[in-house]
Amino acid sequence: MKKIVLTRHNTDFQKEVEKISGEKITSCDQCGVCSGSCPLSDEMEITPSTMMKMSQLGLFEVMETNAMWICASCYSCMARCPRGLDLSKVAEAMRQISLRKAVDSMDLNGIDKKEAARLPSIALVGAFRKLTG
Amino acid sequence: MAETEDSKIKIPYFPGCTLKTTAKNFESSAVKSAEKLGVEMVELPKWNCCGTVSSLASDDLMKHLAPVRDFIRVEEMNEEGVVDNEYRMLTLCSMCFNTLKQTNARVKASPEDLESVNNFMYLEKDYQGKVEVTHLFELLDEMGFDALQDKVTHSLKGLKVAPYYGCLLLRPKSVGIDNAENPSIIERFITAIGGNPVENWEARSRCCGSYHTVENKAIVVKLAKGIIENARSAGAECIITSCPLCAFNLDSRQEEIIREDSEYRPMPVFYFTQLLGLALGLDKKDLRFEDNFIDPEPLLVQKGLNI
Repeated sequence: MKKIVLTRHNTDFQKEVEKISGEKITSCDQCGVCSGSCPLSDEMEITPSTMMKMSQLGLFEVMETNAMWICASCYSCMARCPRGLDLSKVAEAMRQISLRKAVDSMDLNGIDKKEAARLPSIALVGAFRKLTG
Repeated sequence: MAETEDSKIKIPYFPGCTLKTTAKNFESSAVKSAEKLGVEMVELPKWNCCGTVSSLASDDLMKHLAPVRDFIRVEEMNEEGVVDNEYRMLTLCSMCFNTLKQTNARVKASPEDLESVNNFMYLEKDYQGKVEVTHLFELLDEMGFDALQDKVTHSLKGLKVAPYYGCLLLRPKSVGIDNAENPSIIERFITAIGGNPVENWEARSRCCGSYHTVENKAIVVKLAKGIIENARSAGAECIITSCPLCAFNLDSRQEEIIREDSEYRPMPVFYFTQLLGLALGLDKKDLRFEDNFIDPEPLLVQKGLNI
């Protein structure tokens, strides 16, 4: 296991996530209820509780995992978090940190034309709002 | 059934984009059912898209402009006498309901945010914070499920219906229409129209994968199949929803499930208002079953519910 050395940059990242999300991520106790409640944790490279731990420590490597992009803001974790934390806001904050650098997470040209005609507008608007800057 | 004048409700109605496109069966069955129940749904003039997903970032107030603009329309409808002291804004789509209600809560709780939004939209009248976002399920509950039961002319004869809440009717708890962990409102609705609500199925408030259906279809197909099979194993003959995106993911994505699994048995998915309309004896043309991807007719015929 690699030794984790934290610097000022890690603190800056943690503070930015707290600022955008409005969530006090340092209060997470790592109880794991979020990971157990998440219907999409199977699809994530790290569990929601790991995502919380990494953002607590300000480890920007968390941004290289797909967790924040897979989170679809279903609020299952939030409904059960004993600390009252809203992880969907934490994921949103990290998506925003990426999207505000104009790095999209989906390719609009990749949507099949026939499929686009069939999709409900709320699916398209939702995806654009969550995955593009 | 004749309506007495005092039981009439005339309420501002926000349709949202999808009710006008892929979910016409939802809108038409809802408007006509409401009419039968003495509720006139008056569409907001010049309404705009709510933004679909509520902004979860604390620092982008911009994304709350669209919902507030719709609230201003409701206040105008009252000022202009289109409706009479009716500040409830009726929604059908779970996503619109959730997004509008979250924005409303934010600007009502923060006078500073409300002032910024009002200042930004200086060409509009100020939003005064009078609007209450409500969902048709809540309105039906308020009018009384007993009263609804009395109006049923074509009981669903014990049809086994799985109530699919999904996420956005229940969570966050601050905007949910019922207990987030143990809701009962849709079960009570199903009972009122003569159906038999499927109890104790664990997936009733599990996420369907939402907008991932656009760029990560495989996730949604997997989740949809899990939800449908969970309902089936609890005894469901069909599923109801109030979300056009859940409806797409659970209904239309069965095309992909069928393609992957030749043994798979299709499961009809209805908007709750289609079954409501059926129970109230609406015309078939208003229920628009032909818009549903999985044809519900065979089930309805089998249950003696076809019209």
